[in-house]
Amino acid sequence: MEFVGKILFMAVMAIFVQNFVLMRFLGLCPYIGVSKKLDSAIGMGMAVIFVMTMASTFTWLIHTYLLIPLHIEFLQTIAFILTIASLVQLVEMVIQKTAPALYKSLGVFLPLITTNCAVLGVAILNIQSEYNFLFAILNGLFGGIGFTLVLILMAGIRERLERAELPVSMKGMPISMIVAGSMALAFLGFSGLKF
Amino acid sequence: MSILLYSVLTLGTLGLIYGLGLAFASKKFHVEIDPKIEEINEILPGVNCGACGYPGCAAYAEAVVGKGAEINLCAPGGDEVIKHIAEIMGMEATTADRKVAIIHCQSGGKDNTKFKYIYHGIETCKAAILVSGGPNACNYGCVYQYDCVRACKFDAMDIDDNGMIIVNNDNCTGCGACAIACPRDLIEMVSITKRVHILCTSHDKGAVSRKVCGNNTACIACTLCVKKCPVDAITMDENLAIIDYDKCIVCGLCADVCPTSAIFDPLKEARVQKKAAAKAKAEAMKKKIEEQKAEENKEEK
Repeated sequence: MEFVGKILFMAVMAIFVQNFVLMRFLGLCPYIGVSKKLDSAIGMGMAVIFVMTMASTFTWLIHTYLLIPLHIEFLQTIAFILTIASLVQLVEMVIQKTAPALYKSLGVFLPLITTNCAVLGVAILNIQSEYNFLFAILNGLFGGIGFTLVLILMAGIRERLERAELPVSMKGMPISMIVAGSMALAFLGFSGLKF
Repeated sequence: MSILLYSVLTLGTLGLIYGLGLAFASKKFHVEIDPKIEEINEILPGVNCGACGYPGCAAYAEAVVGKGAEINLCAPGGDEVIKHIAEIMGMEATTADRKVAIIHCQSGGKDNTKFKYIYHGIETCKAAILVSGGPNACNYGCVYQYDCVRACKFDAMDIDDNGMIIVNNDNCTGCGACAIACPRDLIEMVSITKRVHILCTSHDKGAVSRKVCGNNTACIACTLCVKKCPVDAITMDENLAIIDYDKCIVCGLCADVCPTSAIFDPLKEARVQKKAAAKAKAEAMKKKIEEQKAEENKEEK
């Protein structure tokens, strides 16, 4: 029971309280860039969940079994980037071959995520927080879900804003910035959660 | 020293493993892409106008090869592109029914148009029509702020001295950008073979539309054309005659009977001349026959 509780706590922390986009300010580029349409937001979200989970898994293994024994932890960033980039490339190829339908919906977004800071962020945070293997993977998964949630919310709001009557000077990017700010403020409310 | 060695070795090995892994994977998971798609994509104009019904040129190229889409859907490319695609696909070229823009208003330009007020606002049609139904006396007509001309990517719309918009059929690719830009829906994409058009969109009652039209060429809903049309291609929709281009046989009879010249028929003069020539010929024949008869009568006498 304590184990399940831990996982739930971690889920709430990663999705709401320490949301990657709105609390840690990681992955802001796709948050503004890919949130114009709901469809592409969902596609991007799914791709991010997938890549974050995979990246957490592999970077944790690299760090624990390669960097620590050799005492070269300072190579963390470059080694992780290398791992993530090749991993995304590999995944892209495998998906293209085995699941063309999935490739069509994710394909465009996979290369975008290669050097996304949210993905690198989750890998480094896993190490900093000294999670064990399972929790590192879960942190990646929940972090991705949190990112997707925010991205989809943003896309939904922006689709509505397209039809809203706005002053010309506020149309497009300015109102998106205001929305992003308000969303961050709203998510700030979650940091009051006590367990 | 050992740290330096380890870091170089580790990163080098990692890079090597990843590189080899990716190289292996790209061989193993290689997906054959039909080279035809690339070839067709290169031939297409690349303006991504969407006239073919697919989201962009690349998607259309894929649809032609993969899903067997029609090869004659690219409007901007015209016959040239269709011919090339036909060559690549090994199919016979079938020319598309080319569509061009028709502006359903001929109110006569800035000089002739009757205005309710002088508009001095933002220079777009969308803004102009918002101010109490637009500056024109006619609530359906062109307001001459040229949103359509700006929307045209192919230089197919010219403005003449009087401010009238003239579609240049040679340049028009039928992409429909102007039709989307026009806030009064005055522009329609019609097959170039259909030459007869009703150049009015006023749903006002006859007396009103005649009064407000700057060119006196409004449709006054007299329904003469509806009665005259031999193929029932014209119908009335709230005081406005509308041609069903699928049925129209371009006979021009409706343009002949229209009392306000709201129906435009570019072939009218040619037709009139042809008719006159035929009439003259018939009369000449008649005269000749009569003369012959007269001579025969003379001889008999």
